[in-house]
Amino acid sequence: MSSEFLTIYWRDMLRFVRFKAALVASLIQPALWMALYGAAMSNNFSRLEAGMVVPPGAMTVSYLTFMGGGVIALTTLFTSLFGGITLLFDKNWGLMRELLASPMPRNHIILGIGLSGVTKSFIQVMVIMGFGLVIGVQFFPGYSLLQKMGAVLGILLFVGIFSLGFLFLSSTISMSMETPEGLQAVITLLTLPLFFASNALYPIDAFPWPVRFLSQFNPLTHLVDGVRYFMIGSDFYAIGIHYVYSSNDLIVSLLALMGFAALMFLVAWQVFKRAVIT
Amino acid sequence: MPDKIIEVKNLEYRYGSFKAVDDVSFFVRKGEIFSLLGPNGAGKSTVINILTTLLPIQRGHATISGYDLATEPQEVRRSIGIVFQDETLDRDLTVWETLELHGRIYSMPGRERRERIEEIISLVELEDKRDVRTRYLSGGMKRRLEIGRGLMTRPEVLFLDEPTIGLDTQTRRRLWDYIRMVNASGTTIFLTTHYMDEADQVSDWIDIMDHGKIIASGDPAKLKDALGNDMIYLNTSDDTVTERLLQGLSVVRGIKATGEGLVVTISADGTHCLPIIMNQIEENGIEIISVNLKKPTLDDVFVHHTGRAIRDAGAEKLRRIQPKGRR
Repeated sequence: MSSEFLTIYWRDMLRFVRFKAALVASLIQPALWMALYGAAMSNNFSRLEAGMVVPPGAMTVSYLTFMGGGVIALTTLFTSLFGGITLLFDKNWGLMRELLASPMPRNHIILGIGLSGVTKSFIQVMVIMGFGLVIGVQFFPGYSLLQKMGAVLGILLFVGIFSLGFLFLSSTISMSMETPEGLQAVITLLTLPLFFASNALYPIDAFPWPVRFLSQFNPLTHLVDGVRYFMIGSDFYAIGIHYVYSSNDLIVSLLALMGFAALMFLVAWQVFKRAVIT
Repeated sequence: MPDKIIEVKNLEYRYGSFKAVDDVSFFVRKGEIFSLLGPNGAGKSTVINILTTLLPIQRGHATISGYDLATEPQEVRRSIGIVFQDETLDRDLTVWETLELHGRIYSMPGRERRERIEEIISLVELEDKRDVRTRYLSGGMKRRLEIGRGLMTRPEVLFLDEPTIGLDTQTRRRLWDYIRMVNASGTTIFLTTHYMDEADQVSDWIDIMDHGKIIASGDPAKLKDALGNDMIYLNTSDDTVTERLLQGLSVVRGIKATGEGLVVTISADGTHCLPIIMNQIEENGIEIISVNLKKPTLDDVFVHHTGRAIRDAGAEKLRRIQPKGRR
């Protein structure tokens, strides 16, 4: 079996660890989210929640815990969307000709970039979870060690598939754009609706119905659902809303993310097959 | 024929309605240094991009080492090495990593790859730079690294697209030594350049391209011989009359008017013909502004076939694109 995608992976990871500033920033940024936004908002939400009646028997979780899953999802989204940017630089100022003229199948470029992006996301997710524990996020309430390990694997599975989808999308955009400025603009434009029409930082139940409807097709929402399922549980109460996830919900979310990733791969593959650099 | 390693027949390539390559046919013999010459924009890069599989075949037919470019691009890719016109390096990888990456994407097995990397590093004399990132290499070192990289898989043909562009004279000379050495070890070299003098010195065979067509073909000596022994460049107060006057002289083989004056090809030794020609002009009351006698170069071959100098042909394009690029 040909394994040239591992070469692309190797090269991208070399660059990742070589640029110390970018490496450190990518690890600190999600922690800052938790520390600043999380601390500020959880105080606000605690005040609001004070007067609410919690149904008997429901497990209540703090806002910080609730948003912990959201920060994992958002960080994965940002990292993945920018994960393909190397390709644009390669295309304009570097290695792309060398890669395209080689006998290596072109989908290996996409796979290699995908794999390294997923690795980066995994590292970030682990950092967020570690940092979250330090500042008081209640991950895995009442789980046994084995359950905790299973939950971490479940989170990584969701993060991995989601991340692949957006890395493939990012690769497509990078190959299609001429300049980094254009890429930046397109990706920022893409992030906003994904971000706000999702349940990452607040519940979607109070959205106007069209946004609520659309958010069901938002991969970010499916990722957040999956992460919260593994992180908190299938039945909990947060910021005034009772969350219940059935295992069917979980499977639907997983399938949605897989479908999204598969579709994005096919699109990227077409773009790379036709790529012409002169 | 087994000795033709590259064979191109009726190749045509269009960008939209613009024909960049127009019905081009040529072949390259195994083991030779073949040069495709021409001004910027002549279509050389398009030809090389097609032959290196970066552009698809639109019309025509081409084979390299017996593999059909249209149907067996994978095999073609495995049998060629390429040094691109623009720098194609990851500036944040070291010299060693650059070669390692190349070996891996060409599926070279680990042991062979490691051995070849060492060979190549010493071939291009970058031993003390092996762990230096390419961004810290000089222009000449980068080029040497790229040439070394192109040779890693021991390709049958090495494509060099304007390999010496932007390098100083000394570095160029050294690069040509490398290229000759590589060729001597059996690798066929396919070269494009617009430096006529360099092509003249290294090439076994030259095809000259202009406006998408091949306009002349031959070994450098024959191409120049076709123009006669010597050439006289003349500038007079009345070129039109001068042209008519000189046509009557037996030593004159041909006259060509260019934008800069007259180019006279002669049949005998120039040092003897020049006084005859100058007398003829002055006796008729025409003033000679400047005169220059020289052996024909490939530049003259280009002028002979196109009616303009190669540097003008290149400059034409530059002038066209400059207003847009200027800020």
